[in-house]
Amino acid sequence: MSEAVPESARELVDRVYRSDSRRVLATLIRLLGDFDLAEEALHDAFAAAVERWPQDGVPANPRAWLVSTGRFKAIDGMRRRARFDASLGELAQRLDAERSDTGESEPDGVADDRLRLIFTCCHPALSPDAQIALTLREVCGLTTEEIAHAFLTPAPTLAQRIVRAKAKIRDARIPYQVPTQAALPERLDQVLRVIYLVFNEGYAASSGTAVTRHDLSGGAIRLGRLLVELLPEPEAIGLLALMLLHESRRAARTSPAGELVLLADQDRSLWDRAQIEEGRTLVERALSSRRVGPYTLQAAIAAVHAEAPSAGATDWEQIVGLYDVLARVDPTPVVELNRAVAVAMRDGPAAGLTIIDALLAHGDLDDYHLAHSARADLCRRLGRPADARVSYQRALGLTRQEPERRFLERRLRELTPDLPSGVM
Amino acid sequence: MKYLCLIYEDEKLWHSMPKGEAEKVYGEYFTFTDGIRKSGHYIGGNPLQPTNTATTVRVRNGKVSTTDGPFAETKEQLGGYYLVEAKDLNDAINVAARIPGARIGSIEVRPIMEIPQQ
Repeated sequence: MSEAVPESARELVDRVYRSDSRRVLATLIRLLGDFDLAEEALHDAFAAAVERWPQDGVPANPRAWLVSTGRFKAIDGMRRRARFDASLGELAQRLDAERSDTGESEPDGVADDRLRLIFTCCHPALSPDAQIALTLREVCGLTTEEIAHAFLTPAPTLAQRIVRAKAKIRDARIPYQVPTQAALPERLDQVLRVIYLVFNEGYAASSGTAVTRHDLSGGAIRLGRLLVELLPEPEAIGLLALMLLHESRRAARTSPAGELVLLADQDRSLWDRAQIEEGRTLVERALSSRRVGPYTLQAAIAAVHAEAPSAGATDWEQIVGLYDVLARVDPTPVVELNRAVAVAMRDGPAAGLTIIDALLAHGDLDDYHLAHSARADLCRRLGRPADARVSYQRALGLTRQEPERRFLERRLRELTPDLPSGVM
Repeated sequence: MKYLCLIYEDEKLWHSMPKGEAEKVYGEYFTFTDGIRKSGHYIGGNPLQPTNTATTVRVRNGKVSTTDGPFAETKEQLGGYYLVEAKDLNDAINVAARIPGARIGSIEVRPIMEIPQQ
């Protein structure tokens, strides 16, 4: 019995670390005004918990205990080092004098700290790469090695990126705050972009092992959930819905041999119904806000696909309609391309091809492999193999993704049967 | 904290601008400067003469070398600056976004390095 107690306290510390370390860190950054100092304090606080909880018992509010212990340890450390550096002594004095607001009495304050952390990590004054690395490190708690592995970047490069980002936060004085109402839409877009980039890196990229990739998508979904919980803006809800609806198809997207399977050919019984259900509920919630943005519209399109028992039985009328709205909200050539594919499904390949040829003539999509593979597919369906071949080859020359490449090569082989009198 | 807001724009634009329009922009600068004086952000600021008046000075191996013009040919040139006092980077970005030149060219916002006084 006396031996079992310390062990269970240790397990509790581990559990609290997993569930609450990011919240404690977020509050410590606010109280100490420095990322590195806060990380050190977080480490010291958990080390103290391992030592003291088995003896003194677990505090009533472990999170508040960790925050005040971490803060105390940081100030204490500064005092000791102040013998060599007088400015640290002043800083310690100032931090000590400030009301020790650990967030114990105001749960909203703690929630704000996590939002502060997200907005600071995704500040537009940091490079996009640094925003992603810092968010995964500080908000999701991934180690530098894990992030480096997931992005196929050498760990020292990634560590350097994080060090530089923290230095910029300190030296340019990027504030630890949630943006003002006026700046919020632009800054929220930035945060959503970071989350979606992380998701897509895990969902669409081909290199790296499947497991780490899945971790990235899972991390992005957790971030999305956290954001919706803290700041339920329609587009944050829309993005979470979009990620869940895409994620629901993960098992059906690749064949057992690792080949890419297009939406039309996927085994829909493999789709994750729970994720679809949650995604659909969120889409409805976002749509009911009447402030509809691009993420919500893309999620709505994904939801229409999710409802269809087969590609042929898809409500293409509704999908084209949603693309029409999306093209007005987010008028980009890629949206126009996707709309053209939907038009081809509704009105036949010739109608889609007319739009794609006009888009390609404009030049914007000339280097985009999916534009050429979409054109190739429509030509193939129209019985124009020579045109299809040219476009597949163009797409093949542009893609950098291995499964994509194999998929395109397979399609090209199907166009060029070995035997001239090949049977169907 | 002090930030230097460097105003970069294509100086040729000023030459080709009709007189009335240039005067309108000057007026906007006057209003902006007045505004940041009242809000307490303003420390200093000046427009610069065009780059053809610039001289670049270097000392190499103890020898002074003087050359004509700016150091590098760029599409946008440094045309002026404001030195402002701001609470943090977000505050400085708010000020920089109101500089009339931000709509024509771009503003580089740089924190001033504080040298500790002994």
